[in-house]
Amino acid sequence: MLTIDALTKRFGDKTAVDSANISVDQPTMIGIIGRSGAGKSTLLRMVNRLSDATSGTITFEGEDITALRGAAKRDWQSRCAMIFQQFNLVPRMDVVSNVLHGTLNKRSTVATMFNLYPQADIHKAIEILDRLGIAEQAPKRAEALSGGQQQRVAIARALMQDPKIILADEPIASLDPMNAQVVMQSLRNIHEEDGRMVIANLHTLDTARRYCDRVIGMRDGRIVFDGTPAQLTTGAARDIYGAGADFSEAATSTEIETLDRPEVREAETYV
Amino acid sequence: MADLSLGSAAQSVGSIQSNYMAQVQRRRLYSGLALLIFVVLMVSGFNIADDRNAGGFWDGLGQIGDYPAEVLSEAWEKRADLPGLIAKYFPALIETINIAAVSTLIGAIAGLILSFLSTRGLAKWPRLIPLFRRFSDIMRAVPEIVIALVLIFVLGGGPVPAMIAIAIHTAGALGKLFSEVAENADLKPVEGLASTGATWSQKMLLGVVPQVAPNYVSYALLRFEINIRASAILGFVGAGGLGYELRNAMAWGPGRFDEAAAIFILLFGTIVFFDQVSSHYRNRLTEGQAQ
Repeated sequence: MLTIDALTKRFGDKTAVDSANISVDQPTMIGIIGRSGAGKSTLLRMVNRLSDATSGTITFEGEDITALRGAAKRDWQSRCAMIFQQFNLVPRMDVVSNVLHGTLNKRSTVATMFNLYPQADIHKAIEILDRLGIAEQAPKRAEALSGGQQQRVAIARALMQDPKIILADEPIASLDPMNAQVVMQSLRNIHEEDGRMVIANLHTLDTARRYCDRVIGMRDGRIVFDGTPAQLTTGAARDIYGAGADFSEAATSTEIETLDRPEVREAETYV
Repeated sequence: MADLSLGSAAQSVGSIQSNYMAQVQRRRLYSGLALLIFVVLMVSGFNIADDRNAGGFWDGLGQIGDYPAEVLSEAWEKRADLPGLIAKYFPALIETINIAAVSTLIGAIAGLILSFLSTRGLAKWPRLIPLFRRFSDIMRAVPEIVIALVLIFVLGGGPVPAMIAIAIHTAGALGKLFSEVAENADLKPVEGLASTGATWSQKMLLGVVPQVAPNYVSYALLRFEINIRASAILGFVGAGGLGYELRNAMAWGPGRFDEAAAIFILLFGTIVFFDQVSSHYRNRLTEGQAQ
């Protein structure tokens, strides 16, 4: 389905992504882990074509994505939804309008300027919001919502695009642990129920282990691990994070339960 | 509270959809009406203006290119003379830029004082703030060209009346802009200086100016660009400089269009040049130097 071949991105003399190779043959939930600055975001942004690759190709169902320009590129972007760490909603517009932005690629500028969306789309937007459990918030302004709710609005906007792939760039990094679980579970449900491919950048190992079928580890722009969560041993994780022998998986955790694990409590006594 | 949240949780998707649709319909009705009123006003206003117009808009539309075409063709025929003409009018250009520079400088200093006197929290005499505000309102309300005409009548033609006219307008305009920047200045340094026994002018110069200087310089440079255009226009009413020469060249009509073209080139080049220079420095001031 999706093939990434020798994809490279350079900023000046710094290489953000260094000839990445990924091949996915069926809709999978993939977690990309690594430290900040490892190139995870750059990789996702190149897949969505928010930024251009320096060299290498991305192929989706036989179509060369990296070569698309203009309208064809925007059409690809509408088939490949993106979710951001800071939600990237329009704060002063209401929730339904934000969700309807998912249909912008199919509508003319004039129609969207006068807010003329078809009734069917508006009903669909509210149904998607209901599926994510935030239909009550529909008429409110996006800025009035909590972080977790805003991220679910962003997911609703992505679903409104009816995409083949959903890219999530650190979707839970600015959320508290409870909201992080709700958002990750929503993404997992979307993958299982709709059969969409989900690729999520994650800071933390345990989230990747818990929700993803496949984990890709990046370090300094290179892919250093690609396998199932079960294959991800503590040694492999140390490699990805470039940590020494004192590294424990719980140290990267954002979940509530892990705080009760003995090694975390032990670590806290040293702090 | 518990009832309320339970009640809203029980609200069905269907009712949320119909409520939201009703809201959307209402909004569409309002924006449709607003658009209709706008279009009606625009069309009727245009028709009234066109009726009152001596020549008529539609009749004149076809001839709009005639004058530039005449100027361009004549200038093209005499293109060999252009460098000489540009050199001839260069001193007039310097005069125009000088008028703009001096009036910007004087206007900015006056605007600086006016702005501190009319900003809440900084003013020396808080009760007189409205007075100073109205004062700067009046200075920027009267067009430069009106002040210049009065002054030329009193003082006779030349660059000095133009300079005074532009400086008055600049002081009013910059006083307003400066005071809006000063309103957001941090008052803690001012209080710190007050605790050492500083006078009002010391507090302003040492406590406020360093905070607001980048914004002030940026606004003053923007004003300088505007003043170059203003000073060229004032030449038309006899204030000297490039505008005066341009009026003469244009009033003479065919035969001297090459001179008009040379002056246009000079004016255009100057405005582009100072636009570039000042936007370069304004970017550096507001965004900080690279690295």
